[in-house]
Amino acid sequence: MAETAATQPSRSRDLDKLLLRPGNLVGPRFEPSAQLRDDVQNHARVLVVGAGGLGCELLKDLALSGFHNLDVIDMDRIEVTNLNRQFLFRVEDVGKPKAEVAAKRVMERISGVNIVPHFCRIEDKDIDFYNDFMIIALGLDSVEARSYINNVACSFLASVFFSPCHEIEYDSDDNPLEETIKPMVDGGTEGFKGHARVILPGVTPCFECTIWLFPPQVKFPLCTLAETPRTAAHCIEYAHLIKWNEVVHNFAHGGTAFDPDNPQHMKWVYDEAAKRAELFGIPGVTYSFTQGVVKNIIPAIASTNAIISAACTLETLKIATECSKTMSNYLTYNGSEGLHTKVAEFERDKDCLVCGPGVLIEVDTSVTLQKFMNLLEEHPKLQLTKASITHRGKNLYMQAPPVLEEMTRSNLSLPLFELMGKLSKDVIHVNGMTNKNNQKVSCLRKLRVTFKGVDGVTDMDTAGGA
Amino acid sequence: MAEPKVKYDRQLRIWGEQGQAALEKSSICLLNCGPTGSETLKNLVLGGIGSITVVDGSKVEVGDLGNNFLVDESSVGQSKAKCVSSFLQELNDSVKAKFVEEYPEALIETNPSFFSQFTLVIATQLVESSMIKLDRICREANVILIFARSYGLTGFVRISLKEHTVIESKPEHFLDDLRLNNPWLELKSFADSIDLTVQDPVAHKHIPYVVILVKMADEWAKSHGGKLPSTREQKKEFKDLLKARMVSQDEDNYKEAIEASFKVFAPRGISLDLQRILNDSSSEVDSNSSDFWVLVAALKEFIANEGGGEAPLEGSIPDMTSSTEQYINLQNIYLAKAEADFLVMEQLVRSILKKIGRDSNSIPKATIRSFCKNARKLRVCRYRSIEDEFNSPNLPELQKYLTDEDSSGGATFVGRGAMAPPKPLNFHIAVGIYILLRAVDRFAANYNSFPGQFDSATDEDIPRLKSAAISLLSDLGCNGTALAEDLINEMCRFGAAELHAVAALVGGIASQEVIKLITRQFVPMSGTYIFNGIDHKSQLLSL
Repeated sequence: MAETAATQPSRSRDLDKLLLRPGNLVGPRFEPSAQLRDDVQNHARVLVVGAGGLGCELLKDLALSGFHNLDVIDMDRIEVTNLNRQFLFRVEDVGKPKAEVAAKRVMERISGVNIVPHFCRIEDKDIDFYNDFMIIALGLDSVEARSYINNVACSFLASVFFSPCHEIEYDSDDNPLEETIKPMVDGGTEGFKGHARVILPGVTPCFECTIWLFPPQVKFPLCTLAETPRTAAHCIEYAHLIKWNEVVHNFAHGGTAFDPDNPQHMKWVYDEAAKRAELFGIPGVTYSFTQGVVKNIIPAIASTNAIISAACTLETLKIATECSKTMSNYLTYNGSEGLHTKVAEFERDKDCLVCGPGVLIEVDTSVTLQKFMNLLEEHPKLQLTKASITHRGKNLYMQAPPVLEEMTRSNLSLPLFELMGKLSKDVIHVNGMTNKNNQKVSCLRKLRVTFKGVDGVTDMDTAGGA
Repeated sequence: MAEPKVKYDRQLRIWGEQGQAALEKSSICLLNCGPTGSETLKNLVLGGIGSITVVDGSKVEVGDLGNNFLVDESSVGQSKAKCVSSFLQELNDSVKAKFVEEYPEALIETNPSFFSQFTLVIATQLVESSMIKLDRICREANVILIFARSYGLTGFVRISLKEHTVIESKPEHFLDDLRLNNPWLELKSFADSIDLTVQDPVAHKHIPYVVILVKMADEWAKSHGGKLPSTREQKKEFKDLLKARMVSQDEDNYKEAIEASFKVFAPRGISLDLQRILNDSSSEVDSNSSDFWVLVAALKEFIANEGGGEAPLEGSIPDMTSSTEQYINLQNIYLAKAEADFLVMEQLVRSILKKIGRDSNSIPKATIRSFCKNARKLRVCRYRSIEDEFNSPNLPELQKYLTDEDSSGGATFVGRGAMAPPKPLNFHIAVGIYILLRAVDRFAANYNSFPGQFDSATDEDIPRLKSAAISLLSDLGCNGTALAEDLINEMCRFGAAELHAVAALVGGIASQEVIKLITRQFVPMSGTYIFNGIDHKSQLLSL
């Protein structure tokens, strides 16, 4: 047991009790020591995605939980309506990039912490950027962003039996190689409700495995908006989605797209909605309500964000140090009617397109890259269009930018077998568009390609993939 | 919106201007500003609480820099209360922040009247004996009290006040008040005026389902001795009759009617929960009764007389497929009835006020209106005193938790990804934490430090803590129940550490309860919330 000198005051006075002392209800590889604490402090790098309500809390919580090397990424600027909960920002900061101000404030108050801010979109970063971190903590507010990061983290996953670096016999068990597991902790809040979950790709369900947890967004039928409005929201969405475009086509707005952050655009929608409401005798159209409907404003308060971020931080600490048991694996919280917290243990979807071993595709050695891409489009599970394909980091074909497209265009007519270095089977990654809830969304998929008649690989049933 | 309010936009959408006004009028006292207290208060300050007073007698130490965001390098050696309150002031300059450099225990002993000036007291990191004393003081002075504590990876939150009544409980899922099973005259007449067999297909599919169901229910009742469908077969038959009226597959209004037909089958009248409130002895009002109970007394009369067994009509209707004109007409019919019910209630309230010797205008119209709208959703929360709970907890409940009989708190989700089989032992750790958090206080009373507080002593402390826990259990009447050894070890390992993440979580929960208590909206938690940071199976214990 480590001896903390009674005379030497230490900043990590409280954390030390958790990290330096052996325990019974701990992770299997817990090694209590000053070394552990120092390793976390000096070597563990955590990425916080989002510097808003959850992000601010996450940065503070992580910094005060022994993590001194943090990065934070957020593409937004500070707005006045953030100030009721994003406590790292002040009135004077309105307009400045969230990531930069958040990083600065935390570093000012907690000495020894280093936070690198990234004022950009998560898509703007190379995939390798994300691989540099030990753990990724998500403080996001959209399904799409979560999906993206989930895709990225799961793409690092390699299995012992199908590793890009080894030519090994395929095994139907497909256990993930531990060092390729990129842990994520994901938090989300809305009013008094929230969730915190631990995602260990290949072990726990990933975001995609449980995508059915998110109900599709409410959309009003067009005929209701156009013919039989009944509520204030109908009038507002009419002005926002229908009337605006009519007027745009008449060039009254100079052909501009509706911008919810433009106060003049918003006022226009409000006025039109109010006119329509009056026409139909419908009460309830106010400016505030209009903003809420158009921007899909989610009410938010400091307390829920604090709770969820703290839960995420606790799990991050446990993943990094094994100082206690980890949450298994999805916590839901609801504080509106009493207090309800529950931990559910979801299981992976074995056929998950993202964290699964990868959809199995069997082709002839003669199949060209172009033909292969056509197959992806037709494949019932993938339905992937506009594919960009990489193999072991090498670009086989890129849809964009134009320079890369030109460079890789000639590969389209070459056999995939040759492009993949004549391996009998290997993993490739495909970026493209697919359908989800009747919307076209971008996606990243892992595919296991095997070539018929090479190295004794017999015909396998590829229907249904994995 | 006035300038200062824009920053509160995202929370105004939850509790509205009235809720915000209540927050801005209130004054809060925080006892002990370690991270648990500081984080609780931070969330409230951000939300615009009126005034805060931070009470803490300690000075900032180097160790505090590692767990408390609200203290910084420059404040080492200075009053922690002063440092925390000045940072909080920075967070929101419309909040009035004060501090008192005193140990809470001292104030509790020597100056109990100090607490009477506050709306609410947040007491963090207090031990058993102080909790009991403070609870007595606050109950006497009618000050809301909430306890919060972090201890290693564990903690708890407990509200304490005699009674908290809620009109605007705003439950997430609550059945609308359409009275399809009990339509009043005007609604019936409106339904009568509409012909379901109209030829025009557009008109046919734009008749609102409320009308369809009122008419169909009426038809059914006429041929069934005045009764509505009650057996499974009858309900199915009723739905089939609806289906038979559809002239094409795309008639959303009929689909909605079929889906909503359960509203016709539902029993009339009020819920058991509301009945319980009406039967409460507090509904026999006198001059000391609160406005809430006066309103309940009026409600009781209303239901027994003009209401015919029903509460005042809520008045709003959900959106439904309909022509605009019919929808608006329907809406107006419901609004008119709600208004009529309100006027009756208003008279009842005024006459009751007069009867008990109060000014008949002393309850504002707006309050009565809100009460009418929310009559079916009223909530009354009562909390046992700390002393009562600590000395005589609800034994059957405690036994249940200790033996983990009730595994209803387990994982029960269904979905595409399969569920792991529900594990038992859901209360096991939580109740262990509850007992041990009290045992560590007894330990501290005996040995002047918490178990494991100092590295050197950890090994000896384990058996000492164990015997403190056993003797506590025995005092409570639970002889022979063993607490998990592992958990006892963990509590010693924690050594009363205040970890930031745990403090932030517990503080977050406490701050949210404070908001609900002060805005009097939504429903505060009941019982004691035990935070279990080991496997996150936190629980509410009702002792």
